[in-house]
Amino acid sequence: MSKTMTLTLQIWRQRSANTPGSMQTYKLEGVNEHMSFLEMLDVLNAKLTKEGQDPVAFDHDCREGICGSCSMVIDGRPHGPRKGTTACQLHMRTYKDGDTITIEPWRAKAFPVIKDLVVDRGSLDRIVAAGGFVSVNTGVTVDANATPIGKKNADEAMDYAACIGCGACVAACPNAAAMLFTGAKVGHLVKLPQGQVERRGRVLRMVEQMDLEGFGACTNHRECSEACPKEISFDAIELLTSSTCAPRSRTTDLRRSLPQRGRRDPRRPRSRLRLEVQQLG
Amino acid sequence: MDLNAKIPDGPIEGKWDRHRFEMKLVNPANKRKYNILVVGTGLAGASAAASLAELGYNVDCFCFQDSPRRAHSIAAQGGINAAKNYQNDGDSIYRLFYDTVKGGDFRAREANVYRLAQISVNIIDQCVAQGVPFAREYGGLLSNRSFGGAQVSRTFYARGQTGQQLLLGAYQALERQIGLGKVKMYARHEMLDLVVIDGVARGIITRNLVTGETRGWVGDAVVLATGGYGNVFYLSTNAKGSNVTASYRAHKRGAGFANPCFTQIHPTCIPVSGDYQSKLTLMSESLRNDGRVWVPKQKGDVRRPEQIPEDERDYYLERRYPSFGNLVPRDVASRAAKAVCDEGRGVGPSKMAVFLDFGDAVRRLGQNVVADRYGNLFEMYERITGEDPYKTPMRIFPAVHYTMGGLWVDYDLMSTIPGLHVLGEANFSDHGANRLGASALMQGLADGYFIIPYTIGNYLAQAKLPKITVDHPEVQRSLAGVRAQTTRLLGIKGRTTVDEFHRELGLVMWDYCGMGRTAEGLKVALQKIPEIRARFWSDVAVPGANEELNPWLEKAGRVADFLEFGELMCLDALERNESCGGHFREEFQTPDGEALRDDANYSYAAVWEYTGEGSAPRLNKEPLEFKNVKLATRSYA
Repeated sequence: MSKTMTLTLQIWRQRSANTPGSMQTYKLEGVNEHMSFLEMLDVLNAKLTKEGQDPVAFDHDCREGICGSCSMVIDGRPHGPRKGTTACQLHMRTYKDGDTITIEPWRAKAFPVIKDLVVDRGSLDRIVAAGGFVSVNTGVTVDANATPIGKKNADEAMDYAACIGCGACVAACPNAAAMLFTGAKVGHLVKLPQGQVERRGRVLRMVEQMDLEGFGACTNHRECSEACPKEISFDAIELLTSSTCAPRSRTTDLRRSLPQRGRRDPRRPRSRLRLEVQQLG
Repeated sequence: MDLNAKIPDGPIEGKWDRHRFEMKLVNPANKRKYNILVVGTGLAGASAAASLAELGYNVDCFCFQDSPRRAHSIAAQGGINAAKNYQNDGDSIYRLFYDTVKGGDFRAREANVYRLAQISVNIIDQCVAQGVPFAREYGGLLSNRSFGGAQVSRTFYARGQTGQQLLLGAYQALERQIGLGKVKMYARHEMLDLVVIDGVARGIITRNLVTGETRGWVGDAVVLATGGYGNVFYLSTNAKGSNVTASYRAHKRGAGFANPCFTQIHPTCIPVSGDYQSKLTLMSESLRNDGRVWVPKQKGDVRRPEQIPEDERDYYLERRYPSFGNLVPRDVASRAAKAVCDEGRGVGPSKMAVFLDFGDAVRRLGQNVVADRYGNLFEMYERITGEDPYKTPMRIFPAVHYTMGGLWVDYDLMSTIPGLHVLGEANFSDHGANRLGASALMQGLADGYFIIPYTIGNYLAQAKLPKITVDHPEVQRSLAGVRAQTTRLLGIKGRTTVDEFHRELGLVMWDYCGMGRTAEGLKVALQKIPEIRARFWSDVAVPGANEELNPWLEKAGRVADFLEFGELMCLDALERNESCGGHFREEFQTPDGEALRDDANYSYAAVWEYTGEGSAPRLNKEPLEFKNVKLATRSYA
């Protein structure tokens, strides 16, 4: 028999980008332990709709952890407590009867809130548009096996390419930096021969765009990699800074001035504290 | 309805080459004078938008997701087929062509499928050039695996995330063109109508999902790459947002809809666990390379799988189909799973599941090798079910996954409305009545990278397209229609949620138009669906307003279309008095329970024509001719 539980949900409600938001409390009964976290929200929304209240808007699509749509901070952690797991893959068996759960949107200047838990992540697309590609038109190619690529490099490229573009790294970062996202794309392409030709210009253009969008700088907190549902390695940021000889952006300059491989200060509270400091865009 | 497929003359091997030479060209300086509207940014849409922009066309591109990278192609797991014959195991373009036509149970168009097989080899080259990190061997060359319905290894893959990597390749190419200003991208925009002027597709109506603004767009051609309609069943492996709206509204404007009843039920999905379930999760077909499917020989055996000795297990796929074993095509595997569950030999709490067992593979290859091949899939399974598939067999059951039916297109991928081109899963042409695994990615990219860039030029070079603006009365009329529907949905203020109606429709579709269909059942469904639809329009609860982000309003519009479209599917299934591929009419089967085709009477594509609200749709037929493969009963035994 599956267990059911009663939960108290504290959810960020915000009508639109231009209206102030606040945390609202909801009580939800009969939550089955086998439900996914988003199915639990579906149940809440059905209840709110029936009661004539406005349901909670949240982004979601594939519900199998690959599209990168879902974007919610659960109890202070992007995507919730389970490591390497998106919110849609989180199941209610993680919780117990009587728990209180807080749910908030990604918070970053470069991710303005659209409504409730839904934010605008167009800034990530614009970073890719600035240089996150190999400049090859359709059709002008050689046979796929003409360029052998060592298994190790191909596997490492795949490790970085696994990024789902959800933005959890930004949400987790005390500075709301997009270094892990950008580094993952750079890491994917720089590990492959196809990505070599444009390696330097790609980094400069992507980092410039990152700065323009209002993302912060990396100060080695490593929260990004910790929160990443695909567990992209923090080494991506090393690759980002080492892929160009002359980093000019404030982001990369800042990184250079700091000790490499700094560890997170264990006395510092986790990203939850940041939520109070960081303003909504 | 004119169903001339315009298949080029000559031997099948030379048709595409010859056609490419005969097609009219638009000279490079003139391409920038044309504006093309591309709807959808999955593999087909993104690759088309990027390739057309590279050629010099101006492209406006639309998707309802918040980013083009989130289209549902992203979720394809297993791989992409190509006739490279890198494994030296006897593959060839002809064999891929043959396997696909046979796999589709001889209900696809030969010439299109042959071209698909030809182009497959270019796709792999293109993707590698873009930096798609396909799996490789230690020598640095590309690795392959096997998929259902083939006896060669021709599937290229990137772990269990092939769709993601191919889509990111196409997305990056698209973003490059966005950065260059050749593509204007409109995310969070949903297409709600097609604008047809003087019989030609000239524009679309969209709703901005953030502001609620509805507006018209005009162009010289419209390309729909809006995916499949599996979500008509409510529970499917599709993303929650996948829908039939763009295709169906184009259908209402005159585009013929072909073989709507051809749906694919994928054999290996995680079983339903409760009423709250919002979607089903696929476990890749690639798992059948090493996993063995079985159920207990005894009915009602409640022992744990580890406690059931080898000789009390029925490896029913290996038993019934010794030459293909666990790698029979999807329709065959799904029906076999249903058959053993119907016999009372299903496993798990619901008894509607079979085991997919990796015990042998772990013993033979070691856990590390199994983890390297399928690690992410095993993790996904563990997260959803709380069970560890390295230790205990997976429990799986078939689920709706893909739709072979779609808008009818000719050889140039143009629908029955001139100027409206349809790519990828949204069209009908290549997979017949059943799609083979790893062929959807191949078709989406073939259409987008290598077919539409040629054929759209041929259309534009010959079309007479007077200049129009969004002030055109037809645009304004479509716009008014879309706005009226929105107002109507918001004004009902009923008591039943959109999802409740969707679930109700889904159950009817699954029970009567799912894995097994009967004339009797389909007639029941044809009574029930209009009844649900009538209740929907009088009692649906759509909260919120138009001028804001309103996911429930979006969903209500999509479910309204499913409530009409479901009826068309049942009608098509009822009309086709044979079993073929995924369409299994229980009245038509061999003594062994295999699909029994009727080639004399049903060797055609059924193309439905919309005749107005409340009026029965008209059936048109495109006869299918098989000159290169011999029509035969499919055998995988």
